[in-house]
Amino acid sequence: MKDVSPKSFLASVPQFTNSPTMIVLVGLPARGKTYISKKLTRYLNWIGVPTKVFNVGQYRREAVRSYSNFEFFRPDNEEAMKIRKACALSALKDVSAYFTQDHGQVAVFDATNTTRERREVILSFAKEYGYKVFFVESICDDPEIIAENIKQVKLSSPDYVNCDKDEAVADFLKRIECYKVTYVPLDDDCDRNLSYIKIFNVGSRYLVNRVQDHIQSRIVYYLMNIHVTPRTIYLCRHGESDLNLLGRIGGDSGLSSRGNKFAAALGKYIRSQCIPDLKIWTSHMKRTIQTAEAVGVPYEQWKALNEIDAGVCEEMTYEEIQEHYPEEFALRDQDKYRYRYPKGESYEDLVHRLEPVIMELERQENVLVVCHQAVMRCLLAYFLDKSADELPYLKCPLHTVLKLTPVAYGCKVESVFLNVEAVNTHRDRPVVSVNTHAQTHTETGLW
Amino acid sequence: MTNCPTLIVTVGLPARGKTYISKKLTRYLNWIGVPTKEFNVGQYRRECVKIYKSFEFFRPDNEEGLKIRKQCASAALNDVRQYLTEEGGQVAVFDATNTTRERRETIMRFADQNGFKVFFVESVCEDPDVIAENIVQVKLGSPDYRHCNTEQAVEDFMKRIKCYENSYEPLDEVLDRELSFIKIIDVGRRYLVNRVLDHIQSRIVYYLMNIHITPRSIYLCRHGESDLNVKGRIGGDSGLSSRGKAFACCLAKFIHAQDIPDLKVWTSQMKRTIQTAEALGVPYEQWKALNEIDAGVCEELMYEEIQQRHPLEFALRDQDKYRYRYPKGESYEDLVQRLEPVIMELERQENILVICHQAVMRCLLAYFLDKTAEELPYLKCPLHTVLKLTPVAYGCKVESIFLKVEAVNTHRERPEVRNTHTHTGYCSCEFPRPVCAPRCHYMVRACVMEHNGERSSLQPNFLLRNKPSQEMARLVFLHAQDA
Repeated sequence: MKDVSPKSFLASVPQFTNSPTMIVLVGLPARGKTYISKKLTRYLNWIGVPTKVFNVGQYRREAVRSYSNFEFFRPDNEEAMKIRKACALSALKDVSAYFTQDHGQVAVFDATNTTRERREVILSFAKEYGYKVFFVESICDDPEIIAENIKQVKLSSPDYVNCDKDEAVADFLKRIECYKVTYVPLDDDCDRNLSYIKIFNVGSRYLVNRVQDHIQSRIVYYLMNIHVTPRTIYLCRHGESDLNLLGRIGGDSGLSSRGNKFAAALGKYIRSQCIPDLKIWTSHMKRTIQTAEAVGVPYEQWKALNEIDAGVCEEMTYEEIQEHYPEEFALRDQDKYRYRYPKGESYEDLVHRLEPVIMELERQENVLVVCHQAVMRCLLAYFLDKSADELPYLKCPLHTVLKLTPVAYGCKVESVFLNVEAVNTHRDRPVVSVNTHAQTHTETGLW
Repeated sequence: MTNCPTLIVTVGLPARGKTYISKKLTRYLNWIGVPTKEFNVGQYRRECVKIYKSFEFFRPDNEEGLKIRKQCASAALNDVRQYLTEEGGQVAVFDATNTTRERRETIMRFADQNGFKVFFVESVCEDPDVIAENIVQVKLGSPDYRHCNTEQAVEDFMKRIKCYENSYEPLDEVLDRELSFIKIIDVGRRYLVNRVLDHIQSRIVYYLMNIHITPRSIYLCRHGESDLNVKGRIGGDSGLSSRGKAFACCLAKFIHAQDIPDLKVWTSQMKRTIQTAEALGVPYEQWKALNEIDAGVCEELMYEEIQQRHPLEFALRDQDKYRYRYPKGESYEDLVQRLEPVIMELERQENILVICHQAVMRCLLAYFLDKTAEELPYLKCPLHTVLKLTPVAYGCKVESIFLKVEAVNTHRERPEVRNTHTHTGYCSCEFPRPVCAPRCHYMVRACVMEHNGERSSLQPNFLLRNKPSQEMARLVFLHAQDA
């Protein structure tokens, strides 16, 4: 019987994608298509599905160096129509290259795609190459939402870099009118054989048609859980723990005296922020629970927020690991994201177990998550769109709160150190890591 | 993650799958730990009107019939109120046609008065084949048609549906835009989802969008007997014994003989399931989530060794095997949570063979056969035996096939007499109400232990790993080492 011991670098879930999938956005300008595209792409990449956005507007900006005004988008502007079609085809070509050469699995085709004709072009293209197509249409007639969109992301667009605010808004509204004339929304009857989700008014209603497979089902679930209500997410680790002080990883120890001080400082900080309806989440480990206790409001415990399981290396010091498991030590440095501790977990496993936490974080509004170093790195990577390569080396020091505020297409981050000293548990990416025996490092930090 | 109780209200003509959906959803919610119960108004009607004569009962001009049906609905709502307010229920599924706006408004007033959230699940279907199949699968066997032959029953039932059709007011995108609902169209081809209010509704929608009714079979089995099995040790990651390898070959023969179209095979990421799957000679997918329960400090011990080295833990586990979590390990309850994505994907799939482990298989089986948390850890899942599950009517047919290769027995029955530990104590603790029951630590704020007649108080802020049952609240085992 052949040796079938699971490799240390095995993903924890089967990859349920075979044919590549094209996600095709549909909708008038300022309906949140690019917001959805970027967010969805970030989520899919985080859960391990290689995904890329192809924004046709960007292709257009490459082709037509300076944007004059909305007249470019008039449906009777033949010259412009030619350019716009060429841009779409160019983007489709890149989609194909992404799938075949770059091993992409999902391509998000971000454009208005408001005519049946344009969608037919995309469908024929996909059929020719054997790609699945899933449409995401955003329909919104709430003038306030549209105005807010324009303010958040259009005014700062390269198209309006030399305009004053009112000019920009006026021009953009005329641009929208150009599209309205020829807009044919996905139709329940004519398009009944297509796979799509229609999102109405930022999520108050959804129409879902013919979900074909696992990835489309996950996409639908995700899109149905995100919202645009302004809110803030606070991430921090537990206060310094007794094991932290001893330089040992993992375990389930309580807070050191400095850790307790941090907990008190955290309580003060949170109260000073005056956050309405703040939810607090911790893991099931003593150190996060003790930290949350000091804040003095009810908190919820998630086992999924427990620190990465270091298996046989639990409660060891850095030196002990190097001594007892030199090969494992070296392997980890080679691919810290996929490396799984014997009888333990990898960062990749962590991401999988944190997925329900992320889904619920998307549903929630103001939340404080008190967690652990590896866990916080995974959550941060999701919010800040960090790659699997960067994730295990993100800096998440003790006694520092990260305040994340969604803004435009991303997240604003403020780092707040609460002025209570703690040990440093961060290990930088090693510069050289080729031999099977670990190099000695001068860093005294931990895992 | 639920605060106010939720009332799920089905909507739809007869034979649209409302009861199928109600039962399935109830089973799923209970399995993931949300106490749920269904209330089928048809059953209340059968209690009230002992003998069903014909479709005439359902004619819209049959005033007597209407009165009785309204009373039944009220009686059912009363029981819903009791379940959600006094019996600890969190979700009630109100299974009836609820086809008129008037009836739905009555329900909403009731919910409003009692502080329940309402979520409608409407099933709309005009495909005559689907409806005919429904009637064959579940109506012909109904108590209503016990004394009819097939043709009579079908004819009567079709007339019954007609009685509802004229007054049917489907949920409307515009008129009902303030309500929370999902409209399931043509058995899942299309869904309209409106105003999902909270986490539980979001989970319900996701579940409903993943289930299907295409006939298929699910095969569940454990890995072949392993080397650690033979030694009587739990957990670990050993390979197959020679009998285990023989089983793997028999499994291959069996699967081949079953001639299953498009069979998917899933294993865990432990050697013993992978080696078993390898013998099949077909591609298989590995899920870490299917790994056996982590026995923490008890990994690779024999039960006798556990009783010796961790007598307190051994006793605690027997008291509440479902919620008991091994130190540095997992509980069955944790297992269910990590298996939830597996179940979701199993619902999406068609023919599938899952090669897993004893505790894992118990959890999956409990889901398919609607077993309670109490029964789950004692379900019999012997080695070298394949369970073939075929969805039928409202449940699952089970066939058990022993593949004729002997193996050790790894099953432990529920103990008759509770093991008692020499250090007994009682606790006058205030267990704070956890916000997120039941999967958390319980913060013990003040604790007094009585030992040999002497009382001593224990350090407060002591964390208990397991939810204290009623008994434990009075009789907490506190061992100095565990504090």
